[in-house]
Amino acid sequence: MNKILKRSVAVAMAAATALTISGCNKSETSGGSASGETLVIGGIGPTTGDNAQYGIAVQHGMELAAEEINANGGVNGMKLEVKFEDDQADPEKGMTAYNSLKDKGMKMLLGTVTSGSCTAVSALAAEDNMFLFTPSGSAINCITAGDNCFRMCFTDPNQGAIAADYIADNLSAKKIGVIYQNDSDYSVGIFNGFKEEAGKKGLEIVAETTFTEDSATDFSQQVKQIGESGAELLFLPFYYTQAALVLQEADKQGLDIPAFGGDGLDGLIGVLGDKITVADGVYVMSPYASTSPEEKSAAFTKAYQAKFPNDEVNQFAADGYDCVYAVKQALEQAGVKDASISASELCDKLKSAMTSIEFDGVTGKTKWTADGEPEKAPKVLQITVADGKGSYKVL
Amino acid sequence: MKFISDIVDGISLGSIYALIALGYTMVYGIAKMLNFAHGDIIMVGGYAAFITLSANWCPMWLSLVITVTVCTLLGIIIEKLAYRPLRSSPPLAVLITAIGVSYLLQNIALLTQSANPRMFTSIVNGVPPFLQVFKGRGAVFFKENPYKAEGIKSDLTISTETFLAIIVSVIIMVALSLFINKTKAGKAMLACSEDRGAAQLMGINVNGTITLTFAIGSALAAVAAVLMCSSYPLLTPSTGSMPGIKAFVAAVFGGIGSIPGAMIGGVLLGIIEILAKAYISTQLSDAIVFLVLIIVLIVKPTGIMGRKINEKV
Repeated sequence: MNKILKRSVAVAMAAATALTISGCNKSETSGGSASGETLVIGGIGPTTGDNAQYGIAVQHGMELAAEEINANGGVNGMKLEVKFEDDQADPEKGMTAYNSLKDKGMKMLLGTVTSGSCTAVSALAAEDNMFLFTPSGSAINCITAGDNCFRMCFTDPNQGAIAADYIADNLSAKKIGVIYQNDSDYSVGIFNGFKEEAGKKGLEIVAETTFTEDSATDFSQQVKQIGESGAELLFLPFYYTQAALVLQEADKQGLDIPAFGGDGLDGLIGVLGDKITVADGVYVMSPYASTSPEEKSAAFTKAYQAKFPNDEVNQFAADGYDCVYAVKQALEQAGVKDASISASELCDKLKSAMTSIEFDGVTGKTKWTADGEPEKAPKVLQITVADGKGSYKVL
Repeated sequence: MKFISDIVDGISLGSIYALIALGYTMVYGIAKMLNFAHGDIIMVGGYAAFITLSANWCPMWLSLVITVTVCTLLGIIIEKLAYRPLRSSPPLAVLITAIGVSYLLQNIALLTQSANPRMFTSIVNGVPPFLQVFKGRGAVFFKENPYKAEGIKSDLTISTETFLAIIVSVIIMVALSLFINKTKAGKAMLACSEDRGAAQLMGINVNGTITLTFAIGSALAAVAAVLMCSSYPLLTPSTGSMPGIKAFVAAVFGGIGSIPGAMIGGVLLGIIEILAKAYISTQLSDAIVFLVLIIVLIVKPTGIMGRKINEKV
């Protein structure tokens, strides 16, 4: 019953937003497109609704990068301007936002932020031959629509595979216990990638347990089963909110084995507060962590916090920031000097430039394949607790 | 030994369901309405306890008193403002109002407390000294750390929260049964639940009795909130909705309107859920819980303890 109500409220809100968005279009298109000296970079992501934190982080990351680049003379004399539209993580609204951004003179799209919306928008972008570069769309088919699509982050299965490689190569554990969320694409994706690679690397998954969004409070059985299976390492491919509960339950039951998680665990330190001791020694595989001591990450965190003091800096902000800088490097490589170039022509130049650059950003050193997939080494961080405060140690 | 520890886990989860289900079933039995906002009163209780427990000036006992007071007042206010004006309206109107109240509470919490999850601090750390027998990780039978030991992995560890949940639930259920069967106010409740019109003719203050029912149901919700958040320490504005639905299932399972039914239904539901997770599949546990409900309702449509009442046409 609750679900039905939720849906009808959502529909009503969607209708309301659609009205306001179409209202905006009319007034803004008459204002004319950008001048020849300014290259308009489009961005799409949820800045309102349930996933707002991701969209806002990417938007702010992109704006910060563009501001820094413009202050240092721009790219080949061109200024960058970020125009960001809200899609509430909804594919339909993402497509509306895409068309609206085209009307506003967008020459390339750094988006969209969420996987579902990105998959829908990438089909449109492939048709238009518009350069699409998603900071955080991690599902495989986000960038399979055409050779115009690239991404900054790892795919979910890729992340799982990298985790398995890392565990096999660097840690002593051979028996792995897994808890994953079987109603989340993100969690299932990482788990599948992990399972496949673990088999190849000689890791044995001795316990495989699940939970769903609705049953994400009681982990006593999952932890118990993992304890009984004799697992030597706990693999947690989901978000930090639930991971915090799993770690507390493991502590309560006296299950004392290391835990390993993906980028979803970044945020654990914040949510656990004074109970951080249960997370001592947890491995987090994230391209960026706000408390990372690394020089580039630390500089970005400082600049971001200075500009947006009310935001929590997360991986999404770093991905958005890196996207703009990667595009800058690709533009320089391709020698694009005129911002009045057509979007399709720009896309062709960027396509070949992207595969030839080697980018060194906040989220690590990255190269791109012709498929648009990033190739970068994973960063594994370990949470260490001293005086009741958690921090990351780079491994 | 694993089986025993699973059963204990199940009873612990079940006694929380039972406490919540008591609120549902009392209100249904007496006011003949489904108070879908009940789960969200639990959420409010959770936040009240969280905020007071985090404050330095507030000792644990005071925080519990505040939590129970807040929930009781909230229950009375909701009844007065939202449900009383609709007392003679069709049941559907009241049902929709209850859903409205549920969303109102959730969204107020979202606005004032934000969507960020909070980690609840278990009340066990603050239990007065005479109860500290079970301090720390709980009572550990046989061995200190079951998973470190080689070979034997079937020891029994029961956390303090589990003990508390079971003991408090049992005390409350006994007290509630005594209250309803032995006191005047309790008998007035029984009378209202049998025939509201006749009760009024006999000089029973029906409105007052219904308000009292809401007050007791909400106070139970406060206790359930503290116990639930201590066992499963995550607090968000939607914390109450899923346990609320499960407890509603437990109330129907046991026979809605029946107080022993709610207790039995709640505990059974908890045990079934945990056993399904432990021995069948963590993936299918919820499906199994609801399947059992369907089977019970097909075999015995009034629930385990429900009485069949012939509708007068």
